[in-house]
Amino acid sequence: MKSHVVWGASNMAHANVYVTLKKDILDPQGEAVKNALHTLGYKNVMDVRVGKYIVLTLENNSENDINAVVEEISKKVLSNPVIEDFSFDIVED
Amino acid sequence: MKKFGIIVLPGSNCDSDCFYAVRDYLEQDAEYVWHEENNLDRYDVLMIPGGFSYGDYLRPGALARFSPAVQNLVKEAEKGKLIIGICNGFQILTELGLLPGALMRNKNLKFICKHVTLKVEKVCAPFTSRLRVGQRISLPIAHKDGNYYASDAVLEELNRNEQILLRYDEDVNGSVQGIAAIISKEGNVLGMMPHPERACDSMLGNTDGMYIFGSVLDYLTKRGQ
Amino acid sequence: MENQQSPWKILGLTDSEYQEIIKGLGREPNITELGMFSVMWSEHCAYKNSKPLLKLLPSKGPNVMQGPGENAGVLDIGDGLALVMKIESHNHPSAVEPYQGAATGVGGIVRDIFAMGARPVVLLDSLRFGPLNTDRTNYLFEQIVAGISDYGNCIGVPTVGGETYFANCYQRSPLVNALCAGIADISKLQTGKASGIGNPVLIVGATTGRDGIGGASFASQELGENAEEKLPSVQVGDPFLEKLLIEACLEAYETGYVVAVQDMGAAGITSSASEMASHGNVGMELDLDKVPLRAEAMTPFEILISESQERMLLVVEKGKEDIVKQIMKKWGLRAEVMGHITDDQMMRIYQHGHMVAEVPAHLLADGAPQYVREGVPPKNLEQLRVLEIPSLALPEDFNAAFLSVLSAPNVASKSWIYQQFDHTVRTDTVIKPGMDAALVRIKGKKQAVAFTTDCNSIYCFLDPYEGAKDAVVEAARNLSMVGAVPIGITDCLNFGNPEDPVVYWQMKRCVEGIRDACEALNIPVISGNVSLYNETENGPIYPTPVIGCAGLLEDVSLFCTNSFKDEGDIIVLLGEDKGEMGGSEYIQQQYGLVKGVPPKADLAMEGELQDCVRTLIKSNLIKSAHDVSDGGLAVCLAECAMGGQKGFVADIETEERSDVALFSESQSRCILSVEAEALHDVLGMASTFNIPAHVLGSVEGKSVVININGREIINVPLEECMRHYDQGLLWSMNGI
Repeated sequence: MKSHVVWGASNMAHANVYVTLKKDILDPQGEAVKNALHTLGYKNVMDVRVGKYIVLTLENNSENDINAVVEEISKKVLSNPVIEDFSFDIVED
Repeated sequence: MKKFGIIVLPGSNCDSDCFYAVRDYLEQDAEYVWHEENNLDRYDVLMIPGGFSYGDYLRPGALARFSPAVQNLVKEAEKGKLIIGICNGFQILTELGLLPGALMRNKNLKFICKHVTLKVEKVCAPFTSRLRVGQRISLPIAHKDGNYYASDAVLEELNRNEQILLRYDEDVNGSVQGIAAIISKEGNVLGMMPHPERACDSMLGNTDGMYIFGSVLDYLTKRGQ
Repeated sequence: MENQQSPWKILGLTDSEYQEIIKGLGREPNITELGMFSVMWSEHCAYKNSKPLLKLLPSKGPNVMQGPGENAGVLDIGDGLALVMKIESHNHPSAVEPYQGAATGVGGIVRDIFAMGARPVVLLDSLRFGPLNTDRTNYLFEQIVAGISDYGNCIGVPTVGGETYFANCYQRSPLVNALCAGIADISKLQTGKASGIGNPVLIVGATTGRDGIGGASFASQELGENAEEKLPSVQVGDPFLEKLLIEACLEAYETGYVVAVQDMGAAGITSSASEMASHGNVGMELDLDKVPLRAEAMTPFEILISESQERMLLVVEKGKEDIVKQIMKKWGLRAEVMGHITDDQMMRIYQHGHMVAEVPAHLLADGAPQYVREGVPPKNLEQLRVLEIPSLALPEDFNAAFLSVLSAPNVASKSWIYQQFDHTVRTDTVIKPGMDAALVRIKGKKQAVAFTTDCNSIYCFLDPYEGAKDAVVEAARNLSMVGAVPIGITDCLNFGNPEDPVVYWQMKRCVEGIRDACEALNIPVISGNVSLYNETENGPIYPTPVIGCAGLLEDVSLFCTNSFKDEGDIIVLLGEDKGEMGGSEYIQQQYGLVKGVPPKADLAMEGELQDCVRTLIKSNLIKSAHDVSDGGLAVCLAECAMGGQKGFVADIETEERSDVALFSESQSRCILSVEAEALHDVLGMASTFNIPAHVLGSVEGKSVVININGREIINVPLEECMRHYDQGLLWSMNGI
């Protein structure tokens, strides 16, 4: 069976969720990327933070508040509040 | 005989190591518990073994906490049952909120498999009674995300409540204050990154893991009397 | 003009191969059929340049239950247990996308093992890179190690050993050879031979996308400047899915309803289905509409040759498919019936109700032409083999020369690599990485199995025949050093373009060397893999016939390690130095030369030596055993000392130059440590086996001290040795 994701259909919305380590937490991946960039000569890179970018495709029903749902998912599952912050934006088709 | 339930999640890979450690070296009942199991009543101890539950996708331990068995384990923990989370099990326990803090990517960003020296920080009845404070033991580690983190406030609480059981003797993975094993405030939930179940057989060169399992057995036996 | 555009040429088939296809079919193939032939008749799947040579290798023996031809070889290890083993290359994918290339290499070989009904219990990796002094090499090195680490660790199969070498020729052609072994109950062994007319064919595991389309033909071409652009779409591994697949398949076998099984590797559905049909002398009808797809609008051609990972093809007893599907579902896996077995040996493929291909299974799977080529030795060989030792100045500082060999990346500790591999999971690893061979017990059983991979490709470059012989004897010797009897070999033959007569000559001589060593030591070759076209515009790689060898230790409690144990123990050298410096690590480090005649193994003596050491271990007469190999006697002694954190004083009596005595890499030698009271018996045993034995000194102090003819030549504190040995690889990566 094929998965029929129909992009651009009118009843869909996409949530772009960004998860990053909290500001005061050491990000070893970010440090490693920064060092690599410096080695390559990009000395003006002051800081690098590596995070996750998660795309949710949701049914866009009027009875659901998409914002609230995405907020809840992000808080409950997609991020770990002990170490991570998240933000998101929603694109309606 | 005490009954140890070992929770098998999709992607667990130290389940059989825990099983043999309990059955063959501690000489107690060991049983696998499928992650869809709803009744965990019959176990004296519940273990969440190491591995890569759900592929460690999203975050290590993040998806495992929604398994029925893990949800039920939370209820058992609240009743005071002994819970042991090793490696991925520790990660799951922090994701569940049964233990404070979080386990992040190792400071060197790499998987580390080796024996490490640990300093015993606290002797407590269920888990470390066979050890002395300040004693050094050696256990294998095998993880990529064992870098323990907690906020200053949480750390202060951990120290004040004497919840830290083991610390790395040297900086292995970047863990704050060298923390390798902690217990819950109530003292019945243990999370540790090192693998005691891999150190129970002299043929493999190390039996220090038996200090932990032996302490658990002593506690259960005493409590049962 | 017409030739340039002919579709078969674009797909990598020659005109004469195309004519063969027409002859076999009795008509011209359609484009789907042509695609299937192009992958099945590629070197990677058909071994068309190597099969005639591989027939030279001995593959029978008392323990052999299954030789080459199945997913993997099988050895009887007693007590109703079988050892399943195979090595496979993933060189070309790793050159382009090192992380995924290496990861999927591990995934593929693991599937070969559990396809045979065995639980995978160990992985070993044999790796080759360019020198660690460029960003590109460091990148390849770190990414390949990370790929192996992430995949192997996740599936919970310990990586217990392997080897890593660095040489210029691998700069743009790194080698990634992964070996997996598994243990099965003999009664639970599976086969890849399809049978049972009407039995359903199930596709299990991951969905099918456009991953690695044309990977098999890709692996059969040289990598050029724009290699990154040649790969259509990189295969991505999902180790989590693989772990589920392992557990689900092993559980499905328990039902007894699985008739045949094969993993989908190179050439995907095409190869697994046609090979299963061909080997079982049956046909198959497959419906591509039933294949779960993850990409839109895939053509039959694409579905048939997709190399999406983590998929298996199962033939199941008719009527029992739901039971098997239920088990897959329990593990969260999809299984779809995509066809059935027929009685006419034809592969018939349908899509949307139309037949899109109809090809005889034998023609596709086993009909590729085989090429016997003419080989010629390289013109500069004689010149390469000249090494005038007297013309080389002796080092002024022997301590420094010794430490530079000890810290050379080819000799130094590989702990930076193997600490990234989980080698303690499953709690069966008795001897861990970093020793001569890994030893793995089987819980509840008395016996244990040992593993190693070996190949000094510089030796093979300077003399392919002797070099390949050396690889076999060293592998066997490594197993003997832990007490295990070598019982089977899996080989991974990595070479350049076989159409180059020099490369073909190297291949042929290597295979002959393997054959002679295997026959002399009585070790069958039970499985293997050939990887050709490992070359870039800078030329071919060194001939690299990697030998993976398994050994059986009857009583796991009687194993031996290489490290010195106790102060006062006597150090004994077994075997004789022949002053062989050609291709040695010392000559490379000290003089920057890759030259000379490599060590020549005396096969009769080698067999006796190994037998002698195993007997000594079994009789509990020795405390440690370590074979002399890269870096010679000095490095061997130092490794024993560092492993046990014990110093020593050794005296060598010799008529050779000091550096030759220290660093010659003559074969058939090893260092033992022995309790003083046992010395008499040990020397007696050596003479029974006609092996020369010399008492060199004793385990003492905290330094490595080597005297030659009574004069102190090397004296380095143990700590200093360990710093060089442990850090050497890291220093090299950081350009120190």
